[in-house]
Amino acid sequence: MSRKPRLAVFKFASCDGCQLSLLDAEDELLEICERIDIAHFAEASSDLQAGPYDIALVEGSITTDEDAARILRVRAESRFLITIGACATSGGVQALRNWGHIDEWVRSVYPSPEFIHTLATSTPIAAHVHVDFELHGCPINHHQLVDVLVAVAEGRQPRVPSHSVCLDCKRRGTVCHVVSRGIPCLGPVTQSGCGALCPAYDRGCYGCYGPSHPANTTSLLRQFQKLGRAPDELVPLLRNFNATTPEFRRASEQLVVLQTNGEGKSL
Amino acid sequence: MLTLVPSPLALRFGEGSGERFYYFDKQLHMTASSPTLFFAKPQLQALLNELRGRGYCVVGPTIEQEAIVYSELQSVEELPRGWTDEQAPGQYRLKRRDDDAWFGFVVGPHSWKKYLFPPKATLLSAEKTETGWAFIPRAADSTRYALLGVRACELAAIRIQDQVFLNGPYQDPIYRERREQLFIVAVNCTQAASTCFCTSMNTGPRCERGFDLALTEIDEGFLCEIGSDLGRDVVAACSAAPATPAQLQAAETARQQAVDQMTRHMDISDLPGLLLGNLDHPRWKEVGERCLSCTNCTMVCPTCFCSSVTEVRDLNMETVERERVWDSCFNPDFSNLGGSPVRNDTASRYRQWLTHKLDSWHDQFGTSGCVGCGRCITWCPVGIDLTEEVAAIRETPTP
Amino acid sequence: MTSAPPTPPALQPLHANPWLTRTVRIADVIDEAPGVATYRLTLDGDTDPAAYSFIPGQFNMLYLPGVGESAISMSGDPTRSDGWTHTVRVAGNVTKTLAGLKRGDTLGLRGPFGAGWPVEELAGVNLIIVAGGLGMAPIRSLIYHVVHHRNRYGHVWLICGARTPEALLYRREYDLWRQHDIDVHETVDRATADWTGQIGVVTTLIDRLRLPHPKQTQLVACGPEVMMKYAAASGVRLGIAVERTWLSLERNMQCATGLCGHCQLGPEFICKDGPVLRYDHIRPYLFVEQL
Repeated sequence: MSRKPRLAVFKFASCDGCQLSLLDAEDELLEICERIDIAHFAEASSDLQAGPYDIALVEGSITTDEDAARILRVRAESRFLITIGACATSGGVQALRNWGHIDEWVRSVYPSPEFIHTLATSTPIAAHVHVDFELHGCPINHHQLVDVLVAVAEGRQPRVPSHSVCLDCKRRGTVCHVVSRGIPCLGPVTQSGCGALCPAYDRGCYGCYGPSHPANTTSLLRQFQKLGRAPDELVPLLRNFNATTPEFRRASEQLVVLQTNGEGKSL
Repeated sequence: MLTLVPSPLALRFGEGSGERFYYFDKQLHMTASSPTLFFAKPQLQALLNELRGRGYCVVGPTIEQEAIVYSELQSVEELPRGWTDEQAPGQYRLKRRDDDAWFGFVVGPHSWKKYLFPPKATLLSAEKTETGWAFIPRAADSTRYALLGVRACELAAIRIQDQVFLNGPYQDPIYRERREQLFIVAVNCTQAASTCFCTSMNTGPRCERGFDLALTEIDEGFLCEIGSDLGRDVVAACSAAPATPAQLQAAETARQQAVDQMTRHMDISDLPGLLLGNLDHPRWKEVGERCLSCTNCTMVCPTCFCSSVTEVRDLNMETVERERVWDSCFNPDFSNLGGSPVRNDTASRYRQWLTHKLDSWHDQFGTSGCVGCGRCITWCPVGIDLTEEVAAIRETPTP
Repeated sequence: MTSAPPTPPALQPLHANPWLTRTVRIADVIDEAPGVATYRLTLDGDTDPAAYSFIPGQFNMLYLPGVGESAISMSGDPTRSDGWTHTVRVAGNVTKTLAGLKRGDTLGLRGPFGAGWPVEELAGVNLIIVAGGLGMAPIRSLIYHVVHHRNRYGHVWLICGARTPEALLYRREYDLWRQHDIDVHETVDRATADWTGQIGVVTTLIDRLRLPHPKQTQLVACGPEVMMKYAAASGVRLGIAVERTWLSLERNMQCATGLCGHCQLGPEFICKDGPVLRYDHIRPYLFVEQL
């Protein structure tokens, strides 16, 4: 038997919640350690071993010059690079800055803004380096993370379901909130992964796992408008954890144009 | 030698006669005809108790999540008494009725298929032994379901799924087990929703066959038709009497209301044929722009039967289970071949669904796949209406 | 009302439960080409010699627990009683995992499934057999059948094509087939230095055939779908009837019994009604994009 693959976990601009999913795997963590050598995982151990690594898990987005340089080094010393979570795959909630003026925000938030060195945008890892696999979610589903790690360790191509949240709602018997209550829910255009959690607790889907393929946001938002929902309610729905994914971004920008150009217009 | 001859069952249906042989007609076998009975409404609890006493898990309509869904019932108090549903494309609302009808609604977001073709089911398990993999067939399922409140369109849907899962060369063992033990109490509709079109599909609103008992609600109680010997045995637990001519007339009037309220229509005179003959019609692209490819229509459809199998494994792969889950032809991965989908855009997936449902289903199973229940119209988040799509294709057929 | 209905006769086990999976053991592995190997799979214990029967063109579902199932055609001699033979190319996770197994390892198997080559209907006339790439696998079972019943078939042409000479499967057996009066032609897309044969697509070889009796000739093909479409069209140009042209199609087959919905093409379930289908039945659908 060949040596165990070496795993490293790297954090960029993020809340740490996704890498915490690896620790949350509790029961499975010991078994993972039998198959994978966790060489670099600052949240779990101060024993940080140097690269190269077989598998890199990258959490967080790129928001500083330093990180833009660091991700190149991570890529160079990692054979299979997996991004985990909405920050790493789409830019995260911090990508809302992309629509604003960074200098004004820094001035209004920090008493000594001169110490803050940040980029004007928050961008996904794939905008900087080649990514071998993207695991979506805010946060990611730890069962999916374990499946992906096992697949890579076994030399298989990892796969996660890409269908809409609706399919999961139906499998668990949840009644559609759009149809029965007129609630704007992103489920029909969002990728599965959470098991349709929010709709099961009487909430519309927030789109944590990012756009499904296809994500027909135009048709869905037109329907929400027909149900009497105004753009100023719908734009924040789309501008969340995955705001800068191409599908959600396009949809929210279309709505903003409608909002500015005239009342009552539909997509 | 294992050759692929059609099963004896498959050879038997339809041979020589106009009437198709249905595997489960034997379940509903009856040695003598019985008059229609009448019992007062509270007697329905006696029926429910009798079924539960016989070991059935009784499932029926009840209010949950602001809709009328199907769930286990302990008592008739859990029925949606005095409630009705208002339905339109992409819209469903519960409303109070101005009377206390027990079954004054039509069909909701759930269908009975979840009991016969469960959304998740284990097919088999694999265990690693010293000599290699061993495969263990799934344990038989002993749950016996009694369905209370099955409408005519839903009886038709069950007949169609019987055809799919039992009357071909291969049978689905999970469906068969559950179906063989099934008890059906049908209920005739006395109203129609704006999305209903069973009269177009010749599936209702009258429950004509395929039930153990069939009820019609009138103000003073329920009329009960007996459809099987077992049904006759079970209804003996209720204190019932032969219906009077006045009661029979009242039931007829109530059922006629459903027919009279039916506003939606689908012309099926050129089906099968119309859709398979118009595979390049521009309408597919147009509907593909509205369709979300979200799978809702296929999930609520009482006849859609697509599924996928997933591997459920522990990390060390000591045991693995193969789990079958509902899937949908609207899921892009569904048609994956060599790593990419055959049906890559939404238009092609909508075309697959509608063409299968209304057209090629006839070639495959000798019947339409649509029963006119209207669920796919109501529960489409953007209100796509298949009757409109069919009409649009008929309007301007491709040359 | 009716009298007691007849009890339906019992179904064969696989027909009553198509998920019935048997343990098979890898008895031999033969490397055929880069990324392609042939496996002989056997059941443990005393086995009825008829246990391995199948119709040429049928397939088994091979199951690697924890990874998944894949539909793989039989590529061996249908009269063999010492196992099923499958030729597999590494393409997805299942075939990749299979390639990592060795002699003596076990896996799961369901089958045989599907409609194979119509060996009875093919008899009595001339036969053009067209194989492209890995499509040669189910074709080889048919060739074994023809060899065993050689006097029942007229002139038999075998036209095989592959990307490169080393990707042509089973070349070691061509001489044997020629001894049984099978007219073997081969062609490749890209030649290597030592290749002296034909270069080009299989259809150019079909187009060149001089058929003595086109109406008394049948054509069967297995390979990439685009190749089969062109092969069938070439056959039609030579005067072969569409009713006498048979193609072995591939779609996403999961249950293998027409119960899961994945593999449909128009009204056909490729797993149950096919994989071998008559050209005139599928022609209206084969040329529609994304059907």
